[in-house]
Amino acid sequence: MTKKNWPLYEVFVRGKRGLNHVHVGSLHAADDEMALHNARDVYTRRNEGVSIWVVRADHITASSPGEKDPFFAPAGDKVYRHPTFYAIPEDVPHL
Amino acid sequence: MDGLETQFDETIAADQRIEPRDWMPEAYRKTLIRQIAQHAHSEIIGMQPEGNWILRAPSLRRKAILLAKVQDEAGHGMYLYAAAETLGVDREELTEKLIESKQKYSSIFNYPTLTYADIGVIGWLVDGAAICNQVPLCRCSYGPYARAMIRICKEESFHQRQGYELLLAMVNGTDAQREMVQESTNRWWWPSLMMFGPPDADSPNTQQSMAWGIKRHTNDELRQRFVDMTVPQAAALGITLPDPGLVWNEERSAHDYTEPDWTEFKAVIAGSGPCNAQRIAHRRRAHESGSWVREAAVAYAEKQAAKQEAAA
Ligand SMILES: [Fe+2]
Ligand SMILES: [Fe+2]
Repeated sequence: MTKKNWPLYEVFVRGKRGLNHVHVGSLHAADDEMALHNARDVYTRRNEGVSIWVVRADHITASSPGEKDPFFAPAGDKVYRHPTFYAIPEDVPHL
Repeated sequence: MDGLETQFDETIAADQRIEPRDWMPEAYRKTLIRQIAQHAHSEIIGMQPEGNWILRAPSLRRKAILLAKVQDEAGHGMYLYAAAETLGVDREELTEKLIESKQKYSSIFNYPTLTYADIGVIGWLVDGAAICNQVPLCRCSYGPYARAMIRICKEESFHQRQGYELLLAMVNGTDAQREMVQESTNRWWWPSLMMFGPPDADSPNTQQSMAWGIKRHTNDELRQRFVDMTVPQAAALGITLPDPGLVWNEERSAHDYTEPDWTEFKAVIAGSGPCNAQRIAHRRRAHESGSWVREAAVAYAEKQAAKQEAAA
């Protein structure tokens, strides 16, 4: 029998209500359901999450580091997106 | 190529993390694969000496604790294999290298667990030494390894405390129980000191690993930290550490201690420790007799996927 390895899944966990799912690591499983079960056993043995996403690693499209600069460049010159861009007098409250 | 190398060097110099898709020198990648795989194998093989006592732990409470601890070690192995896989190796391939003795694991797990006190002493000394080694790795320059170590360190503190609590119960018990703890400490002390690796003068890769931000302290620095931490813990148990040369050195503000037997260390690493053959044979058996389960799961997944496709 030819050996077929279980595919790789990336695991994302929502720590608690109100937070985003965050990438915590990866694991191997034969199918989606097993991936969820394994993710629960490997990554949430101490109630680290209230919800888990598993995604086949080969279904993820990522930016490549080689094109890093041009890819993220549009954000680079838009400092006005950040609150610290704006000078506000110190004595104005709640800003 | 030159630009990539400069970028890598600058990232390391700025104490930033290297991530999987970044360019990295081949030697950096190889060093990490070797270290992370060795670390993962240690967690997996490390389940055996303790697993040996799950059925014989004296109460349901102690059984449940030990079971949870051993399960954690399996989890640690999984986090670490996952980190190694981001460097372009396959877990299956690493497991194969382990059972063919082409990759190593920590020498400590080649010693047998002869009495139940060993369970307490392993938690106290072996997990204690592991914590000393692992805390600085949370700042390792390779992102996935550092993040795995943060998860692991959070769990290790339970491991050490359950062991120490177990020993406290025993030293407050009968004379025979106190003797068991002392005898076990006598056996595990020296192998625990060896967990930090050879002395600095005999550790040629340390310099490069430190330059790359993989290692943050030398073997001897970490060993010293462990000795200094352990002395008051032993005193609180009323246990003597089996080293007559262990004394406080006012000038250095640290304990002087006797080096472990490095010839024994080398022999155990080379394969002739008391349990090397048994540990590998057991791991091989578990891997091989589990293969039908892995194959069946693939067959089932394929069948389900085909059904779904037909229904769509
Ligand atoms: Fe561990
Ligand atoms: Fe542990």
